[in-house]
Amino acid sequence: MIKLVDIHKSFGKQKVLDGINIEIEAGKTTVIIGRSGGGKSVLLKHIIGLLKPDRGQVLVDGTDIAKLGDRALNEIRKKFGMLFQEAALFDSMTVGENVAFPLREHTRMKEKEIRETVADRLRSVGLTGVEGKMPAELSGGMRKRVGLARAVAMRPQIVLFDEPTTGLDPVMTEAINRLIIDTQKRYNFTCVVISHDIQSIFAIGDRIAMLYEGKIIEYGTPEELRASRNPVTVQFLSGSADGPIRIL
Amino acid sequence: MNRVSGVFDRLGRAVLENIEEMGKILLLFISVLAWMFRPPLKLRNIFKQMEFVGVKSIFVVVLTGTFTGMVMALQGYYGFRMFSAESLVGATVALGMTRELGPVLTSLMVTARAGSAMAAELGTMRVTEQIDALYVMAANPVKHLIVPRVIAGVLMVPMLTVVSDFVGILGGYFVGVHVLGINSGVFVKNITRIVDLEDIYNGLVKAACFGLILSLIGCYKGFNARGGAEGVGRATTEAVVLASITILISDYFLTAVMF
Repeated sequence: MIKLVDIHKSFGKQKVLDGINIEIEAGKTTVIIGRSGGGKSVLLKHIIGLLKPDRGQVLVDGTDIAKLGDRALNEIRKKFGMLFQEAALFDSMTVGENVAFPLREHTRMKEKEIRETVADRLRSVGLTGVEGKMPAELSGGMRKRVGLARAVAMRPQIVLFDEPTTGLDPVMTEAINRLIIDTQKRYNFTCVVISHDIQSIFAIGDRIAMLYEGKIIEYGTPEELRASRNPVTVQFLSGSADGPIRIL
Repeated sequence: MNRVSGVFDRLGRAVLENIEEMGKILLLFISVLAWMFRPPLKLRNIFKQMEFVGVKSIFVVVLTGTFTGMVMALQGYYGFRMFSAESLVGATVALGMTRELGPVLTSLMVTARAGSAMAAELGTMRVTEQIDALYVMAANPVKHLIVPRVIAGVLMVPMLTVVSDFVGILGGYFVGVHVLGINSGVFVKNITRIVDLEDIYNGLVKAACFGLILSLIGCYKGFNARGGAEGVGRATTEAVVLASITILISDYFLTAVMF
């Protein structure tokens, strides 16, 4: 479904992605892990076409989206939903308007249907009666829930999560992890999560990929990663400051 | 020698950067034109921006317009009195307001109030990934964010200029007639005798151009903001400075062409 072939990306002289090859399985949850500032978000932005690679292919259902024009790319993007790190809700709109945005933009649904769909999506993330609130009135956890409701509003085939649990307390982290699993089961989408939160990685991942120095150095099931002898993976999963990972 | 070449190096780089920026603003303008006529028109967004740019700027425009007209009458009176031509104060105020000060002061005030807000709002949307969210949802940010603001700028700055012209002349009338003792009939008669409708029309055309400049630059700077709160602050300052300078420079060329 999603296949990245030899992706290279540099910003000025800084090489961020250095030959990424990965195939993401349909209907599964793939977690991409790695250090902060290691290029995980850059990788995610390539998958949705927010960034174009210097070299390589981003294949979504066999189409190389790196070569598409705006209109064709937008058609592909309708297959996607995305939950941003800080939810990226539109400040000037209410919660209801935020969730309704893609529906109003891409469907001919009547207002009554839109209201019902918005209520359904909000209910699926554990929220009711918040349609009239402004994003500024919500807590961090609630914003992420609303962001998820907006991401699944169009019943996308693929949902991308950019560090969904960053900045949340352990209880809320667990709640969001559970929510990702439940929502994925309910809507049956392919899920790509980037994270460096070890607790979350093993809670939600069917497959885990380790990104280090611009390359995928390990890709497998959670059990395979736990059993890994790669010193970088071992150090990252143990959270130790000693090892081959350069701190500065 | 090295120091001299260093100066030229920096100068050349600055010129190239400015030319590049002008090119990017022009490309944004073309993109705005392309999206402006593509349905759906997003009328709600347009009216919301018109309210923000226009209705909410009325107070500040009335204030600056009134006092500008008043001070013009005062200054003009002392000049004209030297050769006993006080009766021309009204016409001078009216000509000055309609041809020059109405459009320029209005657009500078709207730049300070609404142009800066456009840069700050879009800049915040950029750094909090709201603009990326629009792209991800297959919605074009130029259509959603920039087109309504540019339309509001082009339509509302001329309307505010009409208000500014009117209150400026009214302020001039108050000072000329009630403070300085110029005959009311002479004051008004000279305005209608000397000021042509063309003066007003051309002033409004200028105002529309300034509305385009301030909204386009405000949106461009905000849309391309980088680097968190500091980047948004920088984009806002740059938007106000660049829009104000561009308005004043283009004012000269528009005046040279039109009058």
